[in-house]
Amino acid sequence: MRRLNTLEELDKFRQELLSKRDPNKPCISICAGAGCLASGAGEVIAAFKSEIEKHTLNAEVDIKGTGCPGFCERGPVVVIYPEEICYLQVTPEDVPEIVTRTIKEKQVLDRLLYVDATTGEKAIHEYDIPFYKNQERNVICNNIKIDSKSIDDYLAISGYSALTKVFFQMTGEEVLQEVKKSRLRGRGGAGFPTGQKWEGSRNDSEKIKYVIVNADEGDPGAFMDRALLEGNPHSILEGLIIGGYAIGAREGYIYVRQEYPLAVVNINLAIKQAEEYGLLGKNILGSGFDFIVKVHQGAGAFVCGESTALMTALEGRVGEPRPKYVRSNIKGLWDKPSVLNNVETWANIPLIINKGADWFTQIGTEGSKGTKIFSLVGKITNTGLVEIPMGMTLKDIIYKIGGGIPGGKKFKAVQTGGPSGGCISEEMLDLEVGFDELTRAGSMMGSGGMIVMDEDTCMVDVARYFINFLTDESCGKCIPCREGLRQMKKILTNITEGKGKEGDIELLEVLSETAIEASLCALGKSAPNPFLSSLHYFRGEYEAHVREKRCPALYCKDLIKYYIDPGKCSACMICLKKCPVNAIDGEKKKIHIIDQEKCTNCGTCFEVCPVRFGAVKKISGELLPSPIADEERIITR
Amino acid sequence: MDNERIDQIIDKYHGESSLLIQVLLEIQSENHWIPKEAIARVSVKLNVPVARIKHIATFYKAFSLVPKGRHEVHICMGTACHVRGAARILDKVQDMTGIMPGETDMDLKFSLETVNCLGCCALGPVIEINGKTHGKLSTAKTTEMLKSYV
Repeated sequence: MRRLNTLEELDKFRQELLSKRDPNKPCISICAGAGCLASGAGEVIAAFKSEIEKHTLNAEVDIKGTGCPGFCERGPVVVIYPEEICYLQVTPEDVPEIVTRTIKEKQVLDRLLYVDATTGEKAIHEYDIPFYKNQERNVICNNIKIDSKSIDDYLAISGYSALTKVFFQMTGEEVLQEVKKSRLRGRGGAGFPTGQKWEGSRNDSEKIKYVIVNADEGDPGAFMDRALLEGNPHSILEGLIIGGYAIGAREGYIYVRQEYPLAVVNINLAIKQAEEYGLLGKNILGSGFDFIVKVHQGAGAFVCGESTALMTALEGRVGEPRPKYVRSNIKGLWDKPSVLNNVETWANIPLIINKGADWFTQIGTEGSKGTKIFSLVGKITNTGLVEIPMGMTLKDIIYKIGGGIPGGKKFKAVQTGGPSGGCISEEMLDLEVGFDELTRAGSMMGSGGMIVMDEDTCMVDVARYFINFLTDESCGKCIPCREGLRQMKKILTNITEGKGKEGDIELLEVLSETAIEASLCALGKSAPNPFLSSLHYFRGEYEAHVREKRCPALYCKDLIKYYIDPGKCSACMICLKKCPVNAIDGEKKKIHIIDQEKCTNCGTCFEVCPVRFGAVKKISGELLPSPIADEERIITR
Repeated sequence: MDNERIDQIIDKYHGESSLLIQVLLEIQSENHWIPKEAIARVSVKLNVPVARIKHIATFYKAFSLVPKGRHEVHICMGTACHVRGAARILDKVQDMTGIMPGETDMDLKFSLETVNCLGCCALGPVIEINGKTHGKLSTAKTTEMLKSYV
C-alpha cells in the first residue's frame, strides 16, 4: 500500500494497475451479496478456490467475490469472463464441471444457463436475459465488475476520477451548480432536490459542516442501498467526499442499519483502503482538502431513517425526531449545517460529475431525472434489484423485467414506498414511475421497494401489517402516532379476525386524518397511507370482512376453513402424516377428512397436498359442505 | 463480562460519550445481552447517567437486558416475506419453541425475535438462526429445520 500524494501519482498508479491487468485473462466472478451468500455463495467461492488450486490454475484464473448484480432469485450467480458466460443457481457440486468444461475447454454448460420460461430459449450472457435486457443500469452496473473488497478494482474502472475532476478542475460552487442542473432528487423517500439541499448548507456561514450518508434502509422489502454499500462502497465514499467539497464539510458520517453486518464490514474496509491511499485524510492528493469519514452503526430503530432522528442517533442519543422549524441542512448534527442524503443519491454524484448534468437530465421524466433502483419483490417471478429510467410504466417493470406473477396467479396490487407508501391496483398499471406520479396515485416513491401482490394477498391484512409495523416503530413522542396507530391496529386486527363491526372503516378514516394532521414527523404523517390507499382501491374487501366475515383472498386465518375435496383426495396420507395436531382422519384408500374441532388452521395440509391432486381447499364466508358418509370414503379405483 | 473487557471496548471508542450506542452494540454482540453491571460500568466510564443508557437500551431493538438463548432465531417479517406467508412460519416456530417474539425459553435454548427485513427478499420467507440464513421456507420445512438445532 502506498500513499498517493498528487494527481499525477494517482494517474500513474492507475496506469500501472491497468497495465498489469489482462482483459482476456479468465476471471470467475461470484456474487457475494447477502442474498447469494444466503443461497450458498460462500461455499461456491470456496469450492472454486480449491478446484482452481487442484488444477494448478492459480496464476491463470482470477476468482472474485463481487457485489450484488440484482438477480437474487437465481442466486448464487456466477459470471465467467472474458466471455461473460452467466451461470445461475450454481452449487458447489457444479464447480468441478465448470472448471474443466468452461475454464479449460471453453465450453458452455447448457444446464446452468438462464432459460426463458415462455420461449424456452437459453441465454448465455447476462445482458441477453430479459430481466437485465430491459433495464438501464448506470448506478448498480459496476457491482458485478469489481471485487467489493478491492480499491484497486474500483480504481481500474476509473474510480475516483470524479473526485480528481472536482478537486483540480472545479470549484465547490461549480460542483453545486452541476448537481443543481442535474435536477437530481433524493432517492431516500421524499424526493427533495439534492442541489437545493446542498446550497442551503453551502451558503451558511457556520465553519463546521457535515455530510451524512443515510444507510438506515428500514423499509421492509427494500435492499438496493445494501447492495450498493456492500457491492461498491467506494462509489458512495467518492460521492460523499465530493459532497463535502461542494458544501465545505470536512467530516462525513455513514449511518448503517444494524441488520446489514456485511455492509458495515465492506464500508469500513473501503474507508481504511482510501485512507491508506491518501484519498481520505489530510490534504487529499495535494489538493489542500481534508476529509474524514466515520461509520456509525444503527441499533435497530426504523424511525432513525428519518433525518432528524438519524442525527440525534448519531449524537449518541435515543433517535427521536425533532420539529423542523429550521431544516437540518442549516441546523442538523450538533446544530451544524448537515447534508443528509440516501446511499443511492450519493452513488449518483460521481456519475453526474463524470458524465455531466446534461447527460443525466436526458434520462427520465420532466419531474424525475435519471434512473432509480427498485427492489422488485413479493409475488413476482424474477425477484431482485432493477434499475430503470424514471418514467417506465409499472406494467413494464412487473411484466417485462419481473416476468409477471408466478404460478399462473392473477396480479392484484403493487405496494411502493415502504410502510409510508401505498398500494396501487391493476387499473393503474400504466402509470409512469416518478416521484410526483406515484404521489398522485396515492402512494409514493419512497426508497424504492416494490412489493407485488397476487390474488392470494388480502389487502386488509396488508394494511394491518403496515400499521402493526409502524405501531412497533413509532418512537412514542407524539400522541396521534403513538396512540392513534395503536387503535388503528386494534380495529384492523379485529376486522381480519372477523370481529369487525359497522362503523369501523369510518373510525379508521377519522384516526387516519388525525395522524396525518397532527404528527410531528413523516413517520406518523404518512402512517395511514397503506390503509387509505388500500381502502381507496379495494373498499369491497374491507366491506366483505366487516359485513360478511369473509376474506375474499382466502388469507385471514380466522375467516377461513380448510376442507378436503372428496372428489380429488387420493388418500395419499401425506397431509395426514404432516398435520401437527392430528386433525385429519383417514387411512390408505380412505378419503381424508379434516376434524374442524381439532384444526388450528395452520395450513400445513394445504401446503403439502401434491399439486396434481390439489384436494385441500380453503373456503371463507360459506358453510362447509357436510362430510360424506363413511362408506363413500373408501376408494375402490 | 468483566469490567476490564468493558473498559477495553470503551477505550477503543476513545471514551467519547457520543459513541455510547456503538459501545453498547459491541457489548451486546460479544455478550449477547447487557447485564446491569455493564450498564453501571459504562455509566461511570463515559460519564453518562444510567437512566440515559437504559433509555437507549430499551428504545433500540438490538439490545437485550436479559440473557439470550443458545440459538438466536430471527424471523423476517418484512413485506416480501409477509406476503409469502411469514406469519404462518412465525406461528409454527412459536408453537414448537413455546415462546413469543422477544422471549427466551427456560432452558436458554432458543431466543425468538422478529425482524423487519433481512434484505434477502428473493428467498422469502426467511429465518436467520445464529447468523445463518434459511430461505424459501414452508411450515413443513421449518419444522425440520428447527429440529436440527438442539
